[in-house]
Amino acid sequence: MNWDFIWKYLPLYEKAALLTVKIGWAGIALAIIIGILCAIVLYFRIAVLRRIVSVYIEISRNTPLLIQLFFIYYALPKIGVPVSPEACGVAGLAFLGGSYMAEAFRSGLEAIEPIQMESALSLGLEKSQALRYVIMPQAVSVSVPAFVANVIFLLKETSVFSAISLMDLMFTAKDLIGLYYKTTESLLMLVVFYLIILLPVSILGSILERRLRHAGFGS
Amino acid sequence: MKIEHLTKSFEDNVVLDDVSFTVHKGEVIVVVGPSGCGKSTMLRCINALEPIQGGKITIDGDEILYGSKNLSSLRQKIGMVFQSYDLFPHLSVLDNILLAPLKVQKRKKDEVIKEATELLERVGLGDKAKSYPRQLSGGQKQRVAIVRALCMHPEMMLFDEVTAALDPEMVREVLDVILGLAKGGMTMIIVTHEMQFARAVADRVLFLENGNIIEDADPDTFFENPKTERAKQFLNIFNFERSKEK
Repeated sequence: MNWDFIWKYLPLYEKAALLTVKIGWAGIALAIIIGILCAIVLYFRIAVLRRIVSVYIEISRNTPLLIQLFFIYYALPKIGVPVSPEACGVAGLAFLGGSYMAEAFRSGLEAIEPIQMESALSLGLEKSQALRYVIMPQAVSVSVPAFVANVIFLLKETSVFSAISLMDLMFTAKDLIGLYYKTTESLLMLVVFYLIILLPVSILGSILERRLRHAGFGS
Repeated sequence: MKIEHLTKSFEDNVVLDDVSFTVHKGEVIVVVGPSGCGKSTMLRCINALEPIQGGKITIDGDEILYGSKNLSSLRQKIGMVFQSYDLFPHLSVLDNILLAPLKVQKRKKDEVIKEATELLERVGLGDKAKSYPRQLSGGQKQRVAIVRALCMHPEMMLFDEVTAALDPEMVREVLDVILGLAKGGMTMIIVTHEMQFARAVADRVLFLENGNIIEDADPDTFFENPKTERAKQFLNIFNFERSKEK
């Protein structure tokens, strides 16, 4: 093990990790927004939109992220939409994550008994108010475990970003291996950096889950 | 409130068939009848939780129409309590009660808290304001649901078999609250299977079968001298103890 090598290229990994985290979280944030909107469309069975959302979810979930990225990165410029690698990474992650988040939130919404909506309406709340004050808070806590799993899954999926020449962690490791043949050191740093990014999320997630379970509503 | 020619069906199955009656201010109407006769559906239609296929429901001359824009303001006039516990499990008792007055009627928080506390006190739950629904018994939950509806200052209340899911011991505490409301002059439509209670609280009894009102009478007439054979049979079901003594 060549520690000098590790020490020397640590800053490179730090930079790459920062990029992974930035694009990862931007993509996940967008995925959450898409997920909420799609889940609402599915929950209220809104006519035409519902079909579109279903098609989107099937496409998004049944194609690999790598293919989605290639499509955005190489195909869009051909029809006159220029995309930077960063924007492509965020868009790709949001496209993939949106459907997973939508399913997580939808199952949360559907776990709430219809009587909750009805009693909120019978008190004179508008549908949107009922959703905001009564249904959403309950649905969110139901969907937390699936949500946390999705976040971790999406952060891991960022490892295919290297394919569209984003200088992320995977790219940096492959680059160093190609240049210096220091496979063990490069891969060790790769694993360590992914753990540094993902372990806190995982731990935070299980704390959140446990707290919500303790506050368990029950009826 | 006026209900005229109300017709409701689920696909081919007609649940309410041309039902008409008028509820006068301060009147307590009890609706009885065998299971599946459309009692609960009728209440749900009155609150526009179900679309109807025909007829007209009006309160103070305003039509209650499923899906219309002014439903929120009309529903505020009608408090409803359901059979299963419909409290919001993520909110404390007090927050359950405060939600609609604050968000819908935009009333002042202090004032609503004061009213809610008094009402809770009155139904014997003064110490439960900070509890969560899961910490309450079934009867306590139903009393909270009643208080929650009352805090909106409704002109009338609908009770949909509110004691059907309760242990016998808890039925009384809930019915006492409703009796109290009746004494206070609240207009109510009550769907129930508690016949003694029905007799005690009702100004008028409607007997519903297969989506039709087949008796509409004051409680004494209904329970002593029902006009129809069907109502006699129905009431006999509740009289098995007496017939055993003979």
